[in-house]
Amino acid sequence: MIWDVLGKLLHAFLVVGLVLPLMAALMVWAERRVSAFMQDRLGPNRVGPAGLLQPIADVLKFIFKEDVIPGHVNRVMYVLAPLMVFVPALIVFSVVPYARGMAIAPLNIGILLVFAVSSLGVYGITIGGWASNSKYSLYGGVRASAQMISYELALSLSVIPIFLVTGSMNLESVVAWQAQNVWLLLPLFPAFIIFLVSSYAETNRLPFDCPEAETELVAGYHTEYSSMKFAIFFMAEYINMITFSALVVTLFFGGYTLPFLELPAGLWGTVLSGCIFAAKVSFFLFLFLWVRWTLPRFRYDQLMDLGWKVMLPACLVLIVCTAGVRAFIWPG
Amino acid sequence: MTAFFWLFAVLAVAAAMLAITRRNGVAAALWVALVFVCIAAQFVLMRAYFLAAVEVLVYAGAIMVLFLFVIMLLNLDEKEAARLEGPRLHAAGVVLAALFLTGLVFTVREAGLFEVPIGSQGSMLPAGETGNVARDLFLEFLLPFEIASFLLLAAIVGAVLITKRRLT
Repeated sequence: MIWDVLGKLLHAFLVVGLVLPLMAALMVWAERRVSAFMQDRLGPNRVGPAGLLQPIADVLKFIFKEDVIPGHVNRVMYVLAPLMVFVPALIVFSVVPYARGMAIAPLNIGILLVFAVSSLGVYGITIGGWASNSKYSLYGGVRASAQMISYELALSLSVIPIFLVTGSMNLESVVAWQAQNVWLLLPLFPAFIIFLVSSYAETNRLPFDCPEAETELVAGYHTEYSSMKFAIFFMAEYINMITFSALVVTLFFGGYTLPFLELPAGLWGTVLSGCIFAAKVSFFLFLFLWVRWTLPRFRYDQLMDLGWKVMLPACLVLIVCTAGVRAFIWPG
Repeated sequence: MTAFFWLFAVLAVAAAMLAITRRNGVAAALWVALVFVCIAAQFVLMRAYFLAAVEVLVYAGAIMVLFLFVIMLLNLDEKEAARLEGPRLHAAGVVLAALFLTGLVFTVREAGLFEVPIGSQGSMLPAGETGNVARDLFLEFLLPFEIASFLLLAAIVGAVLITKRRLT
């Protein structure tokens, strides 16, 4: 019993406390390098081979910067806000099956937990903007909460067809269903598009980064933050990107499986499945960067129109259609 | 399990007390969010995982965020907040609270929940699984469910009407 609990804690610590932050650091490096190549520059390539150690230098710089708490802020909430973004971002990953039989918490309500916990992340951003007591921050925070609520609807509705098809909310069984039948991307392509676009809005990435639109709001909700507190906001955004990429892969691209490939039993199969998963996730992480450095930002009213007048009705139509197909044409 | 029950129960009550005594609206809203999370934790202890997730998703994740949004937009200062107090409002609050408490006590007594010893609830309430919730909602309690959704629909229509004044 006690060893069981300790083993689970260790597993959680390794994945959430070590691998995720490392991946996030790697993502920061990738973002700078990829954006540089897209703009015909080289990007950071001095620290370590190909600049790979640049994130470590960045972290050191953040740690040794003076941690300024401006005099006009609401101190308690100002300090709490970065954590309120960071902790949900870490928890969400726990239900993702990242290799065969490997998930920190293989829950039956897996995807619901994802939405429940990630919907708490908006508190941190909103409170951060409000507690900073600055106009730019407040606008950033208000925009963030409105945007995240709007797109959360589309995001959570777009996965309902998946449960109608697979009959389970457990991510492990969703993957198993896809391994047996077909990647859900094919039958549910519109759901995939809606999920992908909404996940960009949920992570506040371009073309939906109105909460921190630097041309209008300086830096939005984290304008007044410095040093490690800013770094934590920053890390949370990258960890969210990783989690949502992992979710896209799990829900629509067969998770850790490949069609026509029988995973060998035992340890090697597990390792191989982990590698397959990592490769798929890397592609979607790259897509995040690709989109960021390709598309300009939406205007805020366009963003709201898209969320409420296009994505939400599209989701509802899709759910009704899927349910109809499931009930009359292809029951089972 | 019992220890966790007491932890979250005490935390929930404490957070609720803090929520109604804070002068700062934003702080109060955050304490209420903590209450919701504690209640979700209680659901988890009863193995009603679906209810727990929905509790956090809907109440803490959506409704309280909207509250917070409105509080931040209105940004009441101390003077305005003081204007909203008075003996009459206090009295109305006490009466409402008393009514609610009476209703709550009767419901809980009728459901016989007072007799359930803490800790053994897990084995008694397997109703939290998604399928069971759906079966209860759509078969046994279909009529109340539809009435509730009708009320919500009316509220939605009302909200649209208020925002679109130009329609008249």
